[in-house]
Formats: sequence, C-alpha cells, structure tokens
Amino acid sequence: MPEVLQYGFMVRALVAALLVGLAAPAVGVFLVQRRLSLIGDGMGHVALTGVALGLLTGRAPVAVALVVTVVAAVGVELLRRYGRAGGDVVLAVLFYGGIAGGVVLVARADGSAATLNTYLFGAITTTSAQDLRVFGVLAAVVLLATLGLGRRLAAVSSDEEHARASGLPVTGLNVLLAVLTAVTVVLSMRVVGLLLISALMILPVAVAQQTCRSFRTTTAAAMVVGVATSVVGVVTSYYGDTPSGGTIVLYLIALFVVAAAGSALLRAARHRGHRRSARAAGAGAAAGPDVSVARSGGPASSDPGGTAVSSSPSLLAPGSSPREGA
Amino acid sequence: MSEPSTSAPLLRLRGASFGYGERVVVTGVDLEVHRGERVALLGSNGSGKTTLLRGVLGLAARTGGTVEVGGEPAPSRRSRRRTGYVPQGMSVGGGIPTTVREVVATGRLPLRRPWRPAGRADHAAVHRALEAVDMADHAREDVTELSGGQQRRVLIARALAAEPDLLVLDEPLAGVDAASAGALAGTLAALADHEVTILVVTHEVGPLADVVDRALVLSHGRLVHDGPLVPGLLGASDDLDPAAATATTRRAEGQADGADPLRHQHVHHRDEVEGRAGRGWVDHPDTRPVAVGADEHPERHRA
Repeated sequence: MPEVLQYGFMVRALVAALLVGLAAPAVGVFLVQRRLSLIGDGMGHVALTGVALGLLTGRAPVAVALVVTVVAAVGVELLRRYGRAGGDVVLAVLFYGGIAGGVVLVARADGSAATLNTYLFGAITTTSAQDLRVFGVLAAVVLLATLGLGRRLAAVSSDEEHARASGLPVTGLNVLLAVLTAVTVVLSMRVVGLLLISALMILPVAVAQQTCRSFRTTTAAAMVVGVATSVVGVVTSYYGDTPSGGTIVLYLIALFVVAAAGSALLRAARHRGHRRSARAAGAGAAAGPDVSVARSGGPASSDPGGTAVSSSPSLLAPGSSPREGA
Repeated sequence: MSEPSTSAPLLRLRGASFGYGERVVVTGVDLEVHRGERVALLGSNGSGKTTLLRGVLGLAARTGGTVEVGGEPAPSRRSRRRTGYVPQGMSVGGGIPTTVREVVATGRLPLRRPWRPAGRADHAAVHRALEAVDMADHAREDVTELSGGQQRRVLIARALAAEPDLLVLDEPLAGVDAASAGALAGTLAALADHEVTILVVTHEVGPLADVVDRALVLSHGRLVHDGPLVPGLLGASDDLDPAAATATTRRAEGQADGADPLRHQHVHHRDEVEGRAGRGWVDHPDTRPVAVGADEHPERHRA
C-alpha cells in the first residue's frame, strides 16, 4: 500500500478531493455556459462571512457558511430576475459585501485567525470523518441535480428567453443553479480554500473546452480532469509539503496551457491542410467559375446543402406527438 | 392545407395590448391566424411587431385584451408548448461546445418529464426536425462553427422538435447572406407545405414573398393592414395612422392582382443596394420597401 494511503487523514483528504473534483466541474460547466465564471468567487466571499459568523457564534462554520451562502445565492438570483441591477453589479455586491462582512465578524471573534486561514487557503488534511459525511451528502445532491436536470440547466444557461417562451420553469432552474453553486462553494472551501474556489469549478471546464465538441463530452471530460487534478494535487502536496489548494490549481493551470496550446496547434495544422487542399482544387479547376462563385456569395461554402430542402413527409406525423401521451 | 375560413383560429387576439412596465407599445390588436396559414408580420423599426410577437409568446406583458392559442387563454404552459419560437439570434454555444443535435434536443425538454432521459419518440422527433431543415448531416458538428444561415436552420429545427402547431419566427433573414436567405425561405416553404402554421416577423420581405400568403402590418403599435402581401405595404406603414388603415388595406387589395407601376424601379434599386451591401433592400433609406412579385425574385428557392 502506498505510504499516502497508510494515514487515515490522507485517505479522508483523497476522498474529499474526489468528491469535490467530481462536483465542482459539474456545476462549473453551466456557469461557463452562462459566462458567469466569477460568480463562484463572489459566493466564496459570502461563504467567508458565513464562516466568520460560525466562528463568532461558536457554531459549525461549514453549516453556517452553507446557510448564509444559499440564502445569498437565492437573493442574488431573485435580484437579477426582478431587480434593476445588472449581473456584474450584483457580483460586485457579493464580492465586497462578503469580504466586508467576513472582516468585521472575524475581528469580533478573538483568536480565530489561524482557523480562518484554513478556510481561506484550504486545509484538506484536517478533514474529519464527520466533515466527510457532510461533503458526501452535499456532493451527492450536486451530482444528482446536475446530472438529472443537466439538459434543462444547459437550455436555460444557453438561451434563457427561448427556454421561457417554450415553457421551462426558468426562474426555478436559475435559483436551483444558484443554490448548487453555493453548495459547491461550501463543499470546496476546505479543499482549495475560499480564495481559489472558482478555479476548481471553472478551470477543468476550460481544459475540456479546448478539446471537446459537445456539451456532454465537455462535462464528462471536465469531471475527469477535476478528479484527476484534485487527487494528484493532494498526493503531491503530501509528498512536496505544499498547500493542497494551490497545488491543485497549479496543475489545472498547467493542463489548461498544454490543452490550449495543443488545440491552437491542431487548428493551425487543420487550417493549413484546408488551404493546401483548396489550392490543389483551384489548380485543377478552370479560371472561369471563380467569377460566378464570388458573385453568388459562395453559397456552397457558406451554407452547404442550403438550397436542398427536405421533403420529409413525417414531420408532423399523426400519432407521433408525445403531447398526446403527456 | 386546411380551410382557414371554416376552421377555428389557431391564434386569436382580441383588443390585445402589450408593453414593458408602464409603457404600452402595441395597442388594441384584433387578429386571427388559422391552421396552415403563412402570415408575415411587417413593420418598420419601432412599429411594435417584435413586441406583439413577444406578447403572444408571453415574453412581453399583456396590458389589455385577450390572447388565445388553440382556443385557450395564452400564455399558459399548454399554449407555450403549442408555439415553436425561433429567435432572431443564435445565443446558444455561450461558452461550451454544443452540437447541433444537442441544441435541437433542447426543443423537446418542455415535453419531457424532469429527471427522465430522452425516449425513442424524442430522438425520432429531433431527427425529423433536423431532416426538415436539411441539417441531419451536421448533427454532430459544433453549432458555433456553422454559417449564419445554418445556425438559423438549427434554431428552426429546435422549435420544430417540439412539434408545435404554430411556428413563430423573429426576423429569420436578418444577418443572413442572400443565398442562405433563399435557402431559408425554401425551408419555410417546405414546412408550410406540411401544414405548419407560420407567423414570421420581418422588416424585409425578400425571399419570404414566396412563402407568406397573408401580411399584417403594424405602424405605431397598431395593426394597419391585414390582407394579401402586396407592394407598398411597408412604405405606407411608416406614415399611416390607424384611421387610414382601411384605406391602406383597400388600396393594397386593389393592387394585389394588378401590376405595380413602381415594381421595376424597386427591383432595379434593390439590386443596386444588394450589390453594395449584400443584404436586404428594405433597410436602405432611399429605397421604397415593397414586396416584389415572386416571379421576379432572383433568390427564390422552392422545394
């Protein structure tokens, strides 16, 4: 058995890393789709207020942070929906309100700066069995919701107006995503720390984005990247005596750089290939047709198959409508 | 096509007014759309046509009157599911790669129970929708890598995947090159042949002249014409007040079967504009926007 698995605290740390590595990208993919990559940071700041409130009142910081963050998440979503503030303004309120609340409350709670640091920068090796049970439940909730309702969350995240027009419960799904984000933030804060929470939600998705072509594969790849980097990061931090959160995030950044560079090189190679084949085709063709292609706006290249219209007779075939059975 | 005059209206507005907050944009609209009809909702910028469409979809607040879809008050969950909406822009593919099939499959979501995976009927409906817009061969491609015309057809397929009774399109030709616009019009014509009821909002008729069989014109938030698609409608709508509506309609109906004395001039001017800008001629400030005869449309593509 590897040395790292001989200690109970490391086994618990690895299980926690596994849970967070799975859950954080599963939520992050919807945040990236909505171009709200930094909302996790805002929630992290609010969680800081929750942790400080827990320390001040002598209650479990994780539980208090969960309640405060979920309430803030729902409030922000409702403000965005019904208020007049824009998304970025709401984000700013979260950032500054969370930090200010945390600073003030921590100042009132004497002698807890060291404890606060474990939430700010992560302290995965201090994960207790009780923590692990809570993390397990939170991760299960996040994974169940994102996998079970993923298509709906994706539909609302990509085109809210169409989703509303077609009858999906848009406000409910937005509130659900906000709550899931809050839960993920609280789940992740012991692993990577409140200051790096967004990284674990966003960077695995950013890595997967470089190579995948569908929402489904991007989500799956992001979860694999999240788990791999979390587990490897925790093991590295054990042997290298480095902070787990920073180590995990550095692995993610390195993967992102490699994936982005590889993707750019691949695109460039493809582009060169297309140009070469276009030149070859051009050399074999007569000079005359070029004029007509340019004149017609190049329908064949800009809209291939565009002029052919299917005459599928079964488009609205009787009896095929699921509405009848619904 | 079903008999529009005898069947119950699919869409009925009675004195309907729509707006945003305190501001009423569309006032007192009465109209009916019957099954199988292909209706163009025309008007210049700011005429209220998009607000009317959004009101029918429940995206703009109704401030008065009634709206019914299939004889039932709208908007309701049921009416939303009977109405397929094709928005103007492609907003999918925000940050995550998304395939054409995934986008079209979202059209089925309102018909599916939450937590349940897609069934055989869902897959079949998505496939039929993709075939109907001739995009089945592109099903696995990333939607952001498609041309503007192809993306617009993906959005039409997404609406069709729900097998709606009424297909509502907002400016389907906006930002699409002439060749793709012709192809899109051909797609809509083929859908119309399958008795899909179409309500299309547009400020440029272009190739859609071959598709629509009825025109509604909005001016200053009021319906000023309801009748055949004929030359002069859009130009007239800019200056019309509601009191002149009857006269406009009568004049338009009178022109429906006759030759438009300005038609050749318009076609000539339109060609000039397209030559420079490569898109619709109605936007041009010097152009009198009219619908030209189908036989003179160079970008016409019929199935």
